[in-house]
Amino acid sequence: MNIIVPIKQIPNLTDELEINGDGTNLDHDALQYVLNEFDEHAIEEAVLTKESASGTVTVIGVDTTGELDSVLHTALAKGADKVAKISGDFPRGTDSHTQAKLIADAIKGMSPDIVMTGVQAADDRDGQIGPMIAAHLGIPYVGVVTSVAAKDGKAVVHKEYAGGVMAEFEVTLPMVVGVQAAHQPPRYAPVSKIRQIAKTAKVDEISGGAPVGSGSSIRKMFKPESAGHAEMWDGDPAEVAEKIVAMIKEKGLLK
Amino acid sequence: MSNDVLILAEHLNNKVSDISFEMIGKAKELAGKFGGKAIAILMGSGVKSLAESLGADSVLYVDDPALTQFNPEAYSRALAAVIKDRVPRVVMMGNTSMGMDVGAWLSVSTGLPLIAYVNGLAVEGSTLVATSQIYGGKIQAEAIPNGESCIVSCLAGAFPVGAGLAPAQTVEQIASPVPLNDLKVKFVKLIEPEKGDVDITQQPILVSIGRGIGGQENIELAQELASALGCAVSSSRPITDAGWLPKTRQVGKSGLTVKPKIYLALGISGAPEHLEGMRGAELIIAVNTDAKAPIFDVAHYGATCDMLDLLPALTEKIKG
Repeated sequence: MNIIVPIKQIPNLTDELEINGDGTNLDHDALQYVLNEFDEHAIEEAVLTKESASGTVTVIGVDTTGELDSVLHTALAKGADKVAKISGDFPRGTDSHTQAKLIADAIKGMSPDIVMTGVQAADDRDGQIGPMIAAHLGIPYVGVVTSVAAKDGKAVVHKEYAGGVMAEFEVTLPMVVGVQAAHQPPRYAPVSKIRQIAKTAKVDEISGGAPVGSGSSIRKMFKPESAGHAEMWDGDPAEVAEKIVAMIKEKGLLK
Repeated sequence: MSNDVLILAEHLNNKVSDISFEMIGKAKELAGKFGGKAIAILMGSGVKSLAESLGADSVLYVDDPALTQFNPEAYSRALAAVIKDRVPRVVMMGNTSMGMDVGAWLSVSTGLPLIAYVNGLAVEGSTLVATSQIYGGKIQAEAIPNGESCIVSCLAGAFPVGAGLAPAQTVEQIASPVPLNDLKVKFVKLIEPEKGDVDITQQPILVSIGRGIGGQENIELAQELASALGCAVSSSRPITDAGWLPKTRQVGKSGLTVKPKIYLALGISGAPEHLEGMRGAELIIAVNTDAKAPIFDVAHYGATCDMLDLLPALTEKIKG
């Protein structure tokens, strides 16, 4: 089973996001980048699939930060067999259409059985890369998937709808899966192991072609004005607890 | 090119999803400005009555056995053929489990731009302006398509449902415009959620926990508070993904929508997917150490103390 996992780096959303001078993009240089959390689940699901069905896991991404190597080393520490990065003039925040095309071109010749990627990323303004990669490769896509069971050239996948309802599909491989959550929480890789791997790891470098662009232009980026804001309670936990108890009593939900 | 706005309607278990009506209402407004029609597309088999419930200017009902249940491959191929035939100005779909499978695939296969996570749409002159909610709800991006046509995927709840709720004016029924007998994706079955020990949609109070709970060993603190209150513990997605609570306890887009009298959001940052499932609660009290967490924008009352200190203090006070 040849499993390929395309990943994306995105800004760390716990950081304060600042908008650039002309108001059309984030001030990317001021931001820390992290691996898209859905891609962490995709890596986990890929490694779980490999462990149950044998095969190899290759993790690949477009290096938009110059820091992709450390993400790839972590993937190796979590059980990936091979890693690759696509290099070129691709700035932070490169659109999904461009990243999907670059990845599709890079993996076309690798004959994947399953391509597993995160179902979405917080910066997918022009859409998610999974279905785009599927369209470029001419293979089917199922997203919002929480489990994959592959054997004999087919995969049974579970797709989530709202309200906890799921649909089961049987798909003839090859296919692209958009992973919502791995069927086990992503494993932890100790820093010491990652450092050890970083010393000897081989990251394949692929030179990327021209950006295709998102097909739309941002004319303004801004922080949403919230319609309202909570009335904030100061005080220590005991005082806050007191206020919550008063609210519960007011609603008649506590005798 | 026409000036029409196409809307991909969604349905599951013989019920049209609210987002379909939300998009239809908006599409009628946009089509009016472009001088075209709002045309809803419903795909299915033997469900013409669902098509008749869509309040668009007209409805195209695509009936084919392969479309009985949502199937990403079948939907995408059939819709691509309809787009090629009708050459619409705008194609709208949900930024939902179904719409996300279709939109980005269509964008590449038709060459139309896709603007995703849309929660605002307007026409200025003859230009569509689409606003996306990105970066976990922290940023809005206003964009215009580079060409004249585009696909937009819309967030649930972005537009009012009312204007789309009307009997259809005309329903045109067609067979699938492309053969769907060689699909690589086969629908097997729907899996209904397991009946949990408690139904979190029926609780007057929910003690709802997020990443701030820190570790599995702290879940007990939330359980203790819930039992003192005689209510249940619910959570945001990361907690059920980690397996610390059963899936039946998850509130939000892919979990359940809850409307309790009191929603205690503890250590929940308030991602848009979570807010979608709980913003209808009567009273929301949020506790999160990050004063800038988006949960405080929907909460009525808030505090920034550590939930792990608050939980035992609150349990003790309630036990009296």
